Amino acid sequence: MSTLTTDSVKEVTAPRPRFGWLITDSISVSRRHLLKITRVPESLFFALIQPVMFVLLFAFVFGGAIDVGPGGAQAYREYLIPGILAQTVMFAVAGITVGITEDASKGIMDRFRSLPMRPGAVLTGHTLASLLQNILVIAILSITGLAVGWRIHNGFSDAALAYLMFASFAYAITWVGAWIGLHMPNSEVAGTAGLAWIFPFTFASNIFTPVATMPTWLQPFVLWNPVSCLALAARQLFGNPTPLLGDSFPERYPVQLSFAYCFLLLAIFAPLAVRAFKTRNK
Amino acid sequence: MTLAIKASGLAKAYGDVVALNGIDIEVEQGTVLGLLGPNGSGKTTTVRILATLLQADSGTASVGGFDVATQPDEVRSVIGLTGQYAAVDEYLTGRENLELFGRLFHLSKFDAAKRAAELLDRFDLSDAADRGIKGYSGGMRRRLDLAASLIGRPNVLFLDEPTTGLDPRSRQGMWEVIEDLIAEGTTVLLTTQYLEEADQLANRIVVLDHGNVIAKGTSNELKSQVGGDRIEIVVESAGDVTKAAGLIQEFGSAPAITEDLTKTILLPVAGGSTAIVNIVRKLDENKISIADIALRRPTLDDVFLSLTGHVTENTEEVSKPAKGRRGRKARS
Repeated sequence: MSTLTTDSVKEVTAPRPRFGWLITDSISVSRRHLLKITRVPESLFFALIQPVMFVLLFAFVFGGAIDVGPGGAQAYREYLIPGILAQTVMFAVAGITVGITEDASKGIMDRFRSLPMRPGAVLTGHTLASLLQNILVIAILSITGLAVGWRIHNGFSDAALAYLMFASFAYAITWVGAWIGLHMPNSEVAGTAGLAWIFPFTFASNIFTPVATMPTWLQPFVLWNPVSCLALAARQLFGNPTPLLGDSFPERYPVQLSFAYCFLLLAIFAPLAVRAFKTRNK
Repeated sequence: MTLAIKASGLAKAYGDVVALNGIDIEVEQGTVLGLLGPNGSGKTTTVRILATLLQADSGTASVGGFDVATQPDEVRSVIGLTGQYAAVDEYLTGRENLELFGRLFHLSKFDAAKRAAELLDRFDLSDAADRGIKGYSGGMRRRLDLAASLIGRPNVLFLDEPTTGLDPRSRQGMWEVIEDLIAEGTTVLLTTQYLEEADQLANRIVVLDHGNVIAKGTSNELKSQVGGDRIEIVVESAGDVTKAAGLIQEFGSAPAITEDLTKTILLPVAGGSTAIVNIVRKLDENKISIADIALRRPTLDDVFLSLTGHVTENTEEVSKPAKGRRGRKARS
């Protein structure tokens, strides 16, 4: 082992934290998570395979039994894809919950917290990496959708807005997952708890079946459920079938409401998560 | 004298459990302080407070001249921390880990890569640099973890049980690496369960028990409190124990302790190796056959027994230092 003389040159430097560090630190952290995806490509593969299976299952097995208005099976496939996109974005949240709990239960979170980096960057970096993975999954899912008969009927700008909306929601909702992950004792619990809250939001929604088929006591929840708003907004923007229940607020302004939900989720859960990160184990 | 670490009245409780009961610690610049104590004595809590990972309930502490509670960013820029568990990303390679931490220390891309290469070379990890950590041995992980804590050229280094769980050879390797760092003038706060380790590396030792400082001083000062070396003799026949103890008492520095059940005599001695020769000769002359004889240095158990009257309450036996120098938990 060689001894480096440079090590003995010490200077007390105490640089002031800068906002720019939040950005560079976040990039460093997200690079870590992206490298991890390349090391464990299986994780990406299964993140992709699951929604694709859902598409095939509902397009060819269950879809025939669900009526979304005129057009039959073809109409249902067009109805289905925006729903599956919303579902995929939701399910991806469980991954970040487990990832954050895993980091927190190992020493690496302590390492991060003992570095002069911006504390929030551990979370922004992780959520950004998760967003990039989400974008890839959304792209592949869209191609699968096109293959089974889903079409974009409206113009480019509407479609672009729909994808921007999915990306925004995907990013905002991962902060909920991060916040939950910081409160979990270990990754086993995180694995179940991280999914538990996702189920009611994902399935008590309009993603697979129209709201009208559900019991009236459940309909208000389904209508206001952010996942329903997202799917309905996307159907409107893509020009896919949108069987409506009536003319309630969420059915009249789904796009605006979806973006409002994104903003709300971020405004509430990003600060909560950063605070939980800073005070965890303190 | 400049103090690199100064803590006074540090206290911390987790619910009803008192982890630290108002301790004072001072470490002079460029020296090594060994925090010695069993599991649950408050060593790790102390380190976590000083490294800004934990907030003390009361008391104040400064590291490198910065207050840990009010200037955590400044403290973080002058410290390095190596914990009990290798705090590195399993899926990345050794080099990627060090570069990541370098970037998070706000080194430029070039400097981070350069620093990573330097440290990998220094810690004999160059060959494994581009392999995933998953394939590293325990000793390699610890070395990488130590390397990671040196990225920012810290003035103050916290080593929290750096060799717990390592085999004797890796432990020796870690000690050499740490000795080099000490020689370069880094201030080190080292926690350990092994008296031997504190003895080897630290200038001064603070002994913790149940969140209290129960002794402090140099290794020699502590050892003289404990009573120095002992010779442990096991005789073949239980009937010989008392007789043998009487015969060899003249070589001891304090009264011998006998244990009939295990046919053992423990004799505190001043000059260890000469005493062994004398004892063997004396017993042989008197036709007492010896089953086993060994020179025992004081262990952490001995320190605790003599300081607190109770032995350490380690529930788990972590791998012990080489040569099986283990304290007996009960003596008559």
